Amino acid sequence: MNFDFSDDQKLLRDELRKFLVNESPLSEARRVMDQGLSHSAAVWSGLGGMAVNTLMLPESCGGHGLGALELCVVAEEAGRQLAPVPLASTLYLAVQALLLGAGEAQQLRWLPRVADGQIATLVAPLDGSAMVRPRFDGKALHGNAPLVMDGEAAHFAVVLADGPDGRPLLVVAELDASVARRRLATIDPSRGFAALAFDATPAEALDAVDDAETLLDTLRNRAAILLAFEQLGGADSALAMAAGYARERKAFGRAIGSYQGIKHKLADIYTRNEMARAHCYYGAWALSCDAPELALAAAGARIAATDAFGYAAQENIQTHGGMGYTWEMDCHLYYRRARQLAVALGSRHAWNERLVRELEKE
Amino acid sequence: MDFKDSPDEAAFRAECRAWLEANATRKTRPDQVYGRGLNAEQLMAASREWQGRKAAAGYGAITWPAAFGGRGGTPMQEVIYREEEGQFEVPPNAFAVSLGMVIPSLFVHASDEVRARYVGPALHGTELWCQLLSEPGAGSDLGMVRTRAERCTDGRDGWILNGQKVWTTYAQFAQFGMVLARTDPNVPKFDGLTSFFIDMQAAGVEVRPIRQASGEAEFNEVFFNEVFVPDTQRVGAVGAGWKVTVTALMNERLSIGGVMPPGLWKTAAGMMREASLNGASALADGRMRERLADLYLNAHGLWLLQARGLTALGKGREPGPELSIAKIVGARTLQDFGYLAIDLQGERGVLAAEEQGEAWRLVEQLWFGAAGMRIAGGTDEIVKNSVGERVLGLPPEPRTDKGVAFSQLGS
Repeated sequence: MNFDFSDDQKLLRDELRKFLVNESPLSEARRVMDQGLSHSAAVWSGLGGMAVNTLMLPESCGGHGLGALELCVVAEEAGRQLAPVPLASTLYLAVQALLLGAGEAQQLRWLPRVADGQIATLVAPLDGSAMVRPRFDGKALHGNAPLVMDGEAAHFAVVLADGPDGRPLLVVAELDASVARRRLATIDPSRGFAALAFDATPAEALDAVDDAETLLDTLRNRAAILLAFEQLGGADSALAMAAGYARERKAFGRAIGSYQGIKHKLADIYTRNEMARAHCYYGAWALSCDAPELALAAAGARIAATDAFGYAAQENIQTHGGMGYTWEMDCHLYYRRARQLAVALGSRHAWNERLVRELEKE
Repeated sequence: MDFKDSPDEAAFRAECRAWLEANATRKTRPDQVYGRGLNAEQLMAASREWQGRKAAAGYGAITWPAAFGGRGGTPMQEVIYREEEGQFEVPPNAFAVSLGMVIPSLFVHASDEVRARYVGPALHGTELWCQLLSEPGAGSDLGMVRTRAERCTDGRDGWILNGQKVWTTYAQFAQFGMVLARTDPNVPKFDGLTSFFIDMQAAGVEVRPIRQASGEAEFNEVFFNEVFVPDTQRVGAVGAGWKVTVTALMNERLSIGGVMPPGLWKTAAGMMREASLNGASALADGRMRERLADLYLNAHGLWLLQARGLTALGKGREPGPELSIAKIVGARTLQDFGYLAIDLQGERGVLAAEEQGEAWRLVEQLWFGAAGMRIAGGTDEIVKNSVGERVLGLPPEPRTDKGVAFSQLGS
């Protein structure tokens, strides 16, 4: 039994935290939101400097043999700081799609670009909805993608398209000047979403895909675990913010954290967070060894972390009282990010159903 | 990360399994409960006999040091044994308090003579110990103990005990009991306490079983009326009773696991499959599917929490504070399960195991047991206070009893 991160991984965590606390304080997420930026270029390139975007890449593509567990550590620390960077689109989605569906030569064409700091994304509905797909004519993409995470900044994308024979097909596309991009207004403007229109955008089919649906299913599970770690980090830091305030803020002659009304609420947040942490670690294990339990572990991590972050973010506002409802306080940054992450990859209700289907197989 | 047994662990598991196969009957279904038709005395006799066989084979106290007759094993080995034992039909364990809490505090605080006399018979199940802590006026606020121990004035070297304890598990079966008593009312409440052990058959000790809300009688009231306790039965220094008690409670904190019956969510899924709702199987209903997911998330999450704790122990570290929430989540999960199981039966949910059959016994026990589990060993509310203060660093509520002599405290 060894259900913990290694000492080396904890060292990586310490380094990341030091970097992110300094370079990606919550004011950085706020700056991206206020200025309508797609992401924080400084934080993204800083993480690149720490070789974060080579994690899980094969050595031929710039990787260093470090993998899934390290990426979970990165996700948690980024989540803790609400880091406004395209980690999910690039590393949890596009890279994973290429790892699962591209042959060696094709990986060698695309993945080193991620190691060099380029941003990538995935254009495919992951919430089970039927979206009209762009059309792939064998050489280029045509049509629209209405909701693309980091679509404004992405250099290339893995796209689920209708192939020349009308069947769904995964392609990788160069997001060059042929793509018209429109930034979308969202509930969390510290992260960028865009609508894309492809007009003869150069693309090639992924060359090692057996079945696009199966690949997307595995992809969804992998991404869910990594996103769950971001949610866990966010939940933990929202709790720390609430507890810090409850220790300082006085009412009726004493710190509000001494009242059971607040104390028990924060203990409830802690309880959800630690249960979520247990499920996230289970997901990390399943991800790291491609376990048969991957789908079950992903759903468990996803639901537990979604609930934990949602609750921590909402009760952090509540703990702060009226101050928590102001623009100046950072509470709303958590509240926004929690909801944004809760619906990426589909809502908890869809994940609940995925979980129970896995249970029925046991 | 992995959940695999190490080669040593796998060997130990195989050893346990072989011994259990030779000494007990394997369960045919996970929700099977031992002891159909046995009364409390018969169950206790069976539990003693089983403990004796375990002790003789080296499984009686796996984590105790070898010097005290234990195996000197790891907490992981303890869990492996329990996992394996859980698959067999064996008597309920009546020794959790005796061997998990009371006797380990003797290791630390008692004399060599006391340990030489008492540890062995306790380990082999011939002598059962109980822990006499809570009182009618001292529950969550255990420091308010009023039971008095006063020095003999008639020349005997000992103490005279007067007072009342309550909620004492298995006092009606125990040979000995560890008592927390007040020896000095003129100092603050935690400073004036001393621990003793008593012979439960001594003159002046009276045990009255409490009929629980469930109708069973697992707990007792214990009355002390001028009970003579020799000074050789004092454990720890005079005034050090709180320290001795905390040692025992710490042992309780580390005795993790074993709370959740294995396969609980599978049992629930089976019940949903069989029950009907809106003309279809209840398992087809979205609300039921959410309940099933919740049950899995809590039950499996607790198993994972324990896995984290064991990993820490295996590396020679203290388990993290997250284990403190296990009791809250566990008790609530079992209570939810009990409600769900009864609801799924519709009108038949009113029927007890005598009518529904033995498989229902587990549901009944968990449904009622969970209500007690939310109180025993620190109520949910006390645990939340402790999480808030010790883990999150929140200030305590203002206390009016701090630094005040016990005798000056209003009741």
